[in-house]
Amino acid sequence: MNLLGYSLHQWVFGVLSFITIVFALMVVFSRNPVNSVLYLVLTFFGIAGHYLLLNAQFLAIVHIAVYAGAIMVLFLFVIMLMNLNADDEPQKTMSSKIIAGVLGGLLLFVIVGVLRQTAQILPQTQGAADIGLVKTLGMVLFNEFLFPFEIISILLLAALVGAIMIGKRETTESKL
Amino acid sequence: MINGISINLYLLLSAVLFCIGAIGVMARRNTIILFMCIELMLNAVNLLLVAFSCLHKDATGQVFVFFVMAVAASEVAVGLAILSMIYRKKRSIDTALLQNLKH
Amino acid sequence: MSLVSLIPAFPLLGFIINGLFGKHVSKLTSGILGAGSILIAFVLALICFINQHPGQANEVILFPWIQSGSMDIHIGLLMDPLSILFTLIITGIGFLIHVYSMAYMHTDEGFSRFFTYLNLFVFFMLLLVLGNSLVLTFVGWEGVGLCSYLLIGFWFTNSNYNAAARKAFVMNRIGDLGFLLGIMLVWVSFGRLDYAYITTHPGLAGTDVITGIAILLFIGAIGKSAQIPLYTWLPDAMAGPTPVSALIHAATMVTAGIYMVVRMHAFYALSDTASALVAIIGGATALMAALIGVLQNDIKKILAYSTVSQLGLMFLGLGAGAYTASVFHVTTHAFFKALLFLGAGSVIHAMGGEQDIRFMGGLKKHIRITFITMLIGTIAISGVPPFSGFFSKDEILASVYAYSPALWLIGICASLLTSFYMFRMLFLVFYDSFRGSADQLHHLHESPKAMTIPLMVLAVLSVGGGVLGLPEFWHMHHALKAHLQSVLPYASTPHLNHSTEWMLMVLAVSGSLATIYFTYMLYIKYKVRPEHDASRLKFWQKLIQQKFYVDELYDMLFRKPLDWCSHVFYNTLDLKGIHALVNNSGKAIRVCGSMMQYIQNGKIGSYLMAMAFSIILVLFLILVY
Repeated sequence: MNLLGYSLHQWVFGVLSFITIVFALMVVFSRNPVNSVLYLVLTFFGIAGHYLLLNAQFLAIVHIAVYAGAIMVLFLFVIMLMNLNADDEPQKTMSSKIIAGVLGGLLLFVIVGVLRQTAQILPQTQGAADIGLVKTLGMVLFNEFLFPFEIISILLLAALVGAIMIGKRETTESKL
Repeated sequence: MINGISINLYLLLSAVLFCIGAIGVMARRNTIILFMCIELMLNAVNLLLVAFSCLHKDATGQVFVFFVMAVAASEVAVGLAILSMIYRKKRSIDTALLQNLKH
Repeated sequence: MSLVSLIPAFPLLGFIINGLFGKHVSKLTSGILGAGSILIAFVLALICFINQHPGQANEVILFPWIQSGSMDIHIGLLMDPLSILFTLIITGIGFLIHVYSMAYMHTDEGFSRFFTYLNLFVFFMLLLVLGNSLVLTFVGWEGVGLCSYLLIGFWFTNSNYNAAARKAFVMNRIGDLGFLLGIMLVWVSFGRLDYAYITTHPGLAGTDVITGIAILLFIGAIGKSAQIPLYTWLPDAMAGPTPVSALIHAATMVTAGIYMVVRMHAFYALSDTASALVAIIGGATALMAALIGVLQNDIKKILAYSTVSQLGLMFLGLGAGAYTASVFHVTTHAFFKALLFLGAGSVIHAMGGEQDIRFMGGLKKHIRITFITMLIGTIAISGVPPFSGFFSKDEILASVYAYSPALWLIGICASLLTSFYMFRMLFLVFYDSFRGSADQLHHLHESPKAMTIPLMVLAVLSVGGGVLGLPEFWHMHHALKAHLQSVLPYASTPHLNHSTEWMLMVLAVSGSLATIYFTYMLYIKYKVRPEHDASRLKFWQKLIQQKFYVDELYDMLFRKPLDWCSHVFYNTLDLKGIHALVNNSGKAIRVCGSMMQYIQNGKIGSYLMAMAFSIILVLFLILVY
């Protein structure tokens, strides 16, 4: 399909990118933290769409499950626990915000500039076209990257234990 | 070219998302929003990794993203635990109040 | 003959034992230890002397010292006629003075320290004369300078004495610089420093180099033997105990310069310029010191200026080429000057510490032995025959006449002045009536035997010492000349005809006797007395008495500018410059630190901004470069 000279793929890419960037901006600029969380969820959905576009099916599902499903829920829990709303939201000074904006812009400018100077990126044509499928990815994961895979499990254990240890309420603390 | 989309566009998209995350980190005082912007930055990088993996038809990129996600998850868990501890002590999550490492 | 190496070993041993244990043994033991070591050294030297064949030179190498590159210096001792002669003088007179000191320093707290230093001095002096190379002589040279400092400032609680000691040391060091430069020049020209080689092959270097070496080494002698312009330390050195003045500043240390010139005479004989310089400085010193001595009132200062003057005479002789005559005069001078100093010590001891001759007088009734010996010494120094001083002085003056009649005139004037002020001293101290206080009169007594016996021995030597060098034109045998002939290959004997020699001799003797008569008339007949009140002195008298204001001149020329420099360097360069630099660099860092403190404000936001900024900067640099 050829709409206005662009193929379907390119249109979908454009729409998804637009969504992602808009919602990302709204994450940063919204005053209510609950709103921020929700916008971030939507951003994640956009990115998941990109993954699907790139034929990384497994990752798209995992992305949604882990990020949107677990991490964002965690954030939401914490915000609810602290009972935050838009009123007592701490604000930085205007000058700080402007400086932040300027620095961010400069960062973008410089990154783009550096990347433009790199040589032409050419695809390396070996490898199959269906690397995003669960089966193929699983084979790679358990053959070449077995050791990191196991280590990751230990990492997750450590994080688990750490989070519990840190978050435990001390018995000598005064009851609020 | 991935399905007709040049890799440069992916680079640009990733860079933009990263910078938005950076702006958010610098411009917000709420610690939770700070964490979320950091997640945004991580995701920008993830996107780029997957794009390149598709370009080079190499599964290493996607495996990398897999691991990044696992690490991000654990980091969020621990970070939010610390945050709730700080909240208990200071009754606020304003980063301006966390200045004990001053000279 | 390793007997030679034992000669300096005994004084060294005495130094070590007295130094470590002197305080813990009785004074008598300490004194016997000190004097005994010198006596043993003297006996050993005597044995070596007797066993030595005429013209024989033994070199004993002890051990290697400096071996670096092409430099190979060994510690060795050279026993030849010249060194054995000096050794005998040093140990012989040294022993007598040690015995004298046992009585003189009897009541002093630092008794053992005195003998320690004296032994160390004798050791270094022996090293100086017995050394087989210029290096070893220099070691001894520096060592005796050190001991001179230690002994002049022996009563160190008095800051004036310390200043005098410092002055002596510093002036010596100025001369030593010249000596060191001379050694370096010898090294550069010859590649070797031992006497056996240099003194037999002086011609290997060009005439300019020979002159340079001779003059540089002579500068060292100027410092050590108190010639113009480095003589002002010797009168001030009288602050030390009298035995020190006798040993160091009359008989031994100050003669080190003479020894050096005679040892290196080949260079002086080959260089007319250097010899002329030596002669002129010697003559000028002789005359000037004699002039100053005329109006001095301190008994030791008179003798000090007399020493300077006699040394000048000796250098005059050396410059004129009369090496044997000067060595002869060194010997006889050692006898009668040591005698005079020890006698002065005896007088001071009798007067209970008084040194001003204006308060003495008529002492010949009270201290007869001292009087007789000092009379003998005074006659000897005035050059009256047949005492020893006559022979040596006459020989020098004859050679000087052959070299330059003008310098002879200066020499004879200095000799006449010597007769004058020495007899002035004798008359004012011993004749007529006592001018001191009643207390002092009460206290007058003859010195103990330990002091008078050395006086008597030295008196005998002063009388009979002339036998060492009886003049040849009397058809007598000049023992010293025969003895030293082998070490003086480059000395040329000037030939005056006999009538000239007789005439010079008669002139000198009659001049001396006339001066003595004149002095007698002035001080005994007409009872002229030195002025007590300094303000009543006429201008020329003041000029002479104040030593021609040379000390003040040196003060103005050297010390004040150096002081000023030192102040400038301290205040400006050191305090304001270097201190400021160091302190302020510390301060600057602290200031920087306190300014940088604000970066670490604990706010995460600013840290993140800083991070972002740095990343931008780095990437920008990659972009541009």
